[in-house]
Amino acid sequence: MITRRQLIKTGMAGSVVLLAAGFLASPQPDLPAASQGHLVFLQAGDAQIIRSLAPVMLGMAGLALEDIVRGVDVAIANLLPAVQQELRQLFDLLGNRWGRRWLAGVHSPWAQAAAHDLAAFLRRWQQSPLLLLRSGYQALHALINAAWFGNPASWTALGYQQPQQIMGLLP
Amino acid sequence: MSLPDPVAEGVASGWRVLDGAVQTQDLQLSCDVLIIGTGAGGGMTAEVLAQAGLDVLMVEEGALRTSRDFRLLEAKAYPELYQESASRKTADKAINILQGRTVGGSTTVNWTSAFRTPAETLNWWGERYGLKSLNPQTMAPWFDLAEARLGIADWQTDPNPNNSVLERGCQALGLKHGRIRRNVRGCWNLGYCGMGCATNAKQSMLVTTIPGALQHKAGLLTRARVERLLPAADGKSLLGAEGRLLAADGHSLNGQQFSIKARHVVLAAGAIGSPAILLRSQLGGAQVGKRTFLHPVVVSGAVMPQRIEAYNGAPQTVYSDHFMHTQPLDGALGYKLEVPPVHPLLMGVTLSGFGASSAGLMQQLPHLQVVLALLRDGFHPDSQGGQVRLRQDGSPELDYPLNDVLWDGVRRSWLTMAELQFAAGARQVQVLHEQADLQSSWKAAREQIMQLPLKPLLARVVSAHVMGGAAMSSQPEEGVVDEYGRHWQLRNLSVIDGSVFPTSIGANPQLSIYAFALRAAHQLRDALKA
Repeated sequence: MITRRQLIKTGMAGSVVLLAAGFLASPQPDLPAASQGHLVFLQAGDAQIIRSLAPVMLGMAGLALEDIVRGVDVAIANLLPAVQQELRQLFDLLGNRWGRRWLAGVHSPWAQAAAHDLAAFLRRWQQSPLLLLRSGYQALHALINAAWFGNPASWTALGYQQPQQIMGLLP
Repeated sequence: MSLPDPVAEGVASGWRVLDGAVQTQDLQLSCDVLIIGTGAGGGMTAEVLAQAGLDVLMVEEGALRTSRDFRLLEAKAYPELYQESASRKTADKAINILQGRTVGGSTTVNWTSAFRTPAETLNWWGERYGLKSLNPQTMAPWFDLAEARLGIADWQTDPNPNNSVLERGCQALGLKHGRIRRNVRGCWNLGYCGMGCATNAKQSMLVTTIPGALQHKAGLLTRARVERLLPAADGKSLLGAEGRLLAADGHSLNGQQFSIKARHVVLAAGAIGSPAILLRSQLGGAQVGKRTFLHPVVVSGAVMPQRIEAYNGAPQTVYSDHFMHTQPLDGALGYKLEVPPVHPLLMGVTLSGFGASSAGLMQQLPHLQVVLALLRDGFHPDSQGGQVRLRQDGSPELDYPLNDVLWDGVRRSWLTMAELQFAAGARQVQVLHEQADLQSSWKAAREQIMQLPLKPLLARVVSAHVMGGAAMSSQPEEGVVDEYGRHWQLRNLSVIDGSVFPTSIGANPQLSIYAFALRAAHQLRDALKA
C-alpha cells in the first residue's frame, strides 16, 4: 500500500525532477543526427531517442525504425497541447547529455548506447519509486507500441489479419 | 458491391449539417434547444425534441465520421474517433480512459453491451440520495423504450472463443454468469465495434437518433468546441453558448468563433466534458466535477492452447456479476467480469512489460485470451471517485486518486480472473502489472499476485465508463441537477448525459444513459411545448 507519506515524498521528488528538466533543457543538446523530413513534433534528437529505444522496448530486431519514428510523431501531433508540452519536457530531458547521463543513467549518446544500457534505463524508470519517472517510461512504452502495432507491417509476425469477408467491400 | 452509408447519403440529400472546419466567418445561430454533445444523452434528447417540432441544434466537438470512414484500422480510428486519440489519462496518468469524440460520441465506438441499470443501484439512489422516483418499476418503461428504439435484444449467435473462455471459467468455478444483450441490427459479428461500425449494424446515436433528429429539421454543427455558456443578466438563466471552431485536423483552431442563442440549453458533453463547460463558464457550484466515477478496470491475459482470435467476433457477449453480490453494496468493491476485444495496437499499449517478454506475448496474439474486471466505484464511503478540474488552457483533466479500497478490489479481482482462466484451460496467465510475468499454474499466479505492489503506473488500470460530476439530487445543495437533469439554479439548462449519475452504474452505462435521457427529454419536451 502506498502511504500518504510516500505520496508526499513522491510528489516532492517529482517536482524536483521537473525543475531539473526545465533547468537542464536545451542549452547543451546532446546530439547529432541528420535532420528529419516532415516530422511535426519530433526533433532530430527526439527521433534518435525513439530509434534507439524502439528495438529494446519492442524486443525485436530489423524493425522499420523510420516508420516507428513517423508513427510516434503522428501520435503526438494528435494529442492535446498540454500533453504535448509534457512530452516536450520529457524529450528535452532525455536529449540533454546531463539528463541522459544522470536521470536516464545512459552513459553514451543515444545513437551509440548499447542495448543492455537502454534496457537498464527502461527498467529503472518502469520500476522507479518516482511516479514521474514511471509516467515517463509509460509514455515511451505507449508511443512506441502504438506506432509499431498500429502499422500493418507488424501484423504478419503476430498472426493477425483483418476479417477478409469485409475488407474487399470497404471504400 | 460496396456497403451503404445512409448517414452520408442523408447529408448529401440536404440535412442541415455544418462542418466547423470549413467555415470562413464567425457563426451566429439561434434555436429553440441547443444540445451540446451528440453521444448517448444528446442523441436521444435531440430526436425526442426534434420530433415534437422544436428547432434543435446539436453541437459536437468531434467530426462527422460515417461508416465509409470506418476501415477497421486502429491507427485511423483512435485519433479520429476518440478523446485524445484514445489515450486520455487521469491527472497522475495511472488510468487510461477510452471515450468517444465524434458524432455519436462514445456510442459510435462502444462495444454494444446493453445492461439496464441494476436494481440495487437505483434502490441505493432512492435510499441514500432521496431519488425515490427512479426505482426499477418507474424506470422500466424508459428502458423498454430505449431497447425498442435501438434494437437491444438477446444476441443469438454463439459467443466468440474469447467470451467462451469467460463462460467456461465461470462454469468451472460455479460463478453466476449470463449473456450480454446488444444494440445491433443485422450484425456481421466482426469484432471491430471499437473502430466504428463499418456495416451500420450497431445502433449507435450516429445511425439512429441523430438521423432521426436531422430528418425532423434539426441542425448539426461539428468540429465546434463550446467554450462557455452565456448567462443572462438575471443570473438565473442562460442566453446560449459560445465557442471556437476547429480546423480539419480536429484539434487546432480554425480561427472562427460561434455563438448560439437558445431558449433552452442541454449539456450532453459527457462526464468530463459537461462539468468542464460548467467550470469554464464559472457556473461551478460546490458539486460540479466532484464524485466522477470510472468503473476502474484491471486486466488479466491468458495464453490458451487453442486459437482464440479475440479480435474476431462480437466483443462482449458473456459477463459475470457474481462478485457484485458477494459483499454489501457499500462494502468492499464489487466487480463485474467481462472480456475486451484484443487488437494489436491497444494490446501492445496495454500489455505490461517490455522487450523479449512482451514480444513473446504479442507473437501469440491469436492464442491470447483477456478478461477484465470492472470495479463498482462510488458506493463504499472511501470510494469518492475523482474530480474534474481545468488546466491552465481550459482543457479538462480528471484527478482520480487510487486508494486502498480500490487497490483491495484490484487484488481480489486479479485473483478471480487468474483462477478463472486456469479453470478454463489456460496454459499461462499474467495479470497486467509491471512486475508480473507469465505464470504456469494457479498456485504460482496466486503467489505472485499476492506479492505485487499496488501502485499507480505499476498496475495497469483503464476505464471506458465515465460517470458523475453533475449529479442528480433531491435537494439543491446536494447535487447539480434534479431527477430530470434540470439545473438547480439555471432555469433553462438541463444536463442530460452520464454526468448526472450520483454513483457509478455498476454495469456498462450506455443503456442507463439512454433511459435517463429519454425520461428527461420527454419531460423537457412537455415543458417546452406547454
